[in-house]
Amino acid sequence: MNFGVFFQPAFSGGGIYLDWVLSGIKWTMLVSILGWVIAFSVGSVVGVLRTAPLAILRAPATVYVEIFRNVPLLVQMFIWYFVLPEIVPKALGTWMKQGMPLPEFWSAVLCLGFYTASRVAEQVRSGIQSIPRGQTEAGLAMGLTRVQVYRHVLLPMGYRIVVPPLTSEFLTIFKNSSVALTIGVLELTAQARQISEYTFRTFEVFSVATAVYLLITLTVTVAMNVVERKVRVPGYIGSTGK
Amino acid sequence: MFTDFDFDVIQRSLPYLGQGMMFTLGLTFLAMAGGIVLGTVLALMRLSSFKVLNLPAGGYVNLLRSTPLILVIFWFYFLVPIAIKKISGDAYAEGLGPFHSALIAFAMFEAAYYCEIIRAGIQSVPRGQVEAAYALGLTYRLAMMKVILPQAFRNMIPILLTQGIILFQDTSLVYVVGLTDFMGAAGKIAQRDGRLVEMYLFAALVYFVMCFAASHAVKWLQARYSVGR
Repeated sequence: MNFGVFFQPAFSGGGIYLDWVLSGIKWTMLVSILGWVIAFSVGSVVGVLRTAPLAILRAPATVYVEIFRNVPLLVQMFIWYFVLPEIVPKALGTWMKQGMPLPEFWSAVLCLGFYTASRVAEQVRSGIQSIPRGQTEAGLAMGLTRVQVYRHVLLPMGYRIVVPPLTSEFLTIFKNSSVALTIGVLELTAQARQISEYTFRTFEVFSVATAVYLLITLTVTVAMNVVERKVRVPGYIGSTGK
Repeated sequence: MFTDFDFDVIQRSLPYLGQGMMFTLGLTFLAMAGGIVLGTVLALMRLSSFKVLNLPAGGYVNLLRSTPLILVIFWFYFLVPIAIKKISGDAYAEGLGPFHSALIAFAMFEAAYYCEIIRAGIQSVPRGQVEAAYALGLTYRLAMMKVILPQAFRNMIPILLTQGIILFQDTSLVYVVGLTDFMGAAGKIAQRDGRLVEMYLFAALVYFVMCFAASHAVKWLQARYSVGR
């Protein structure tokens, strides 16, 4: 075993292999965090629509969730990267193929974002639906509009209830960001693979990559435990553990 | 938009895609079976009061659950041949081949997830059942085999199957080691004939139909066979 491999000069690019690892971590973080921004915003909207009283609002949200949940992430990744530029209007397609900066990166961000949004939507929906009906009825009886009921009654409660499952969705997008390597994003797993191919130090390189993922997971879990304690609703499931 | 869509390429490659689908299904079922067996063992270890059993099992589960599946596939792809050489003592021993490496990777990876499902399932069996079994003089082994696990598994069946659907989707990731599963087959035809749009959309459609049907079947099963309490 020889962990000195990370300080050897890299095959290309001038630095050492450690620089490749750090660059991989940077791209993993960027893809995951930007993807999460999309996932959280789109997922919240879709999740709220899933609970809407009007079928015309519910239906598109249900279709969205079913489509994005039932197609493997890898296939979705290829569709965003290879298929989308071909089926959009020609001018846009040409720009996506030639003019767009960092095409692999943005395809991966959009793909992970919209895929994870379907999972976030399900969590938001279950959070809202776990609030007793009486709260909605009380809100409406007090003269709030439906939108105000969501804004002031359901969402503040719903988000607090679903903090733990949303944490695990965030960890999932983090791990899923490795699928971006299939379209050529050089994130952590791709860099680990690449270094092992140049140096044959597979064991050392994969161990370090695994340790980094583990460290990130642990950090997020510990941080979110603090958040969970701060925001939990007394008397609700998940808040019973003292 | 679809004016130059070539449906013929799909029809021409159907037998090849069919072989890929058989591979995908085979991998899914075997990995699921392996994952459930191993997951049950891990769950029993995690629930054990002996530290020598529950600490390693907990460590294993947390480690695998924080690692991306692709990295796990790479790990096993690299480790399995070494392990074979070590075990057989023959430096030139043939590996197991990519299929078995992938199968072991998926079974070991899924075991971590199945473990948590099964552990929750076992814990959902009322405590009184365990006490009643012991009071009747059953040993740990008999109490588990005859009383706890049968009830636990009945409660868990929908979640185990849902996890199986997730596994079915995840098997597409064997693409990263170049295996020809359904997605691999579609990808190879797509590259060969320059028909990326048709093949990837068709692959997406097939996965969608299968997973949609399966997940609704699970819902139906759950409504039909859930144990009333």
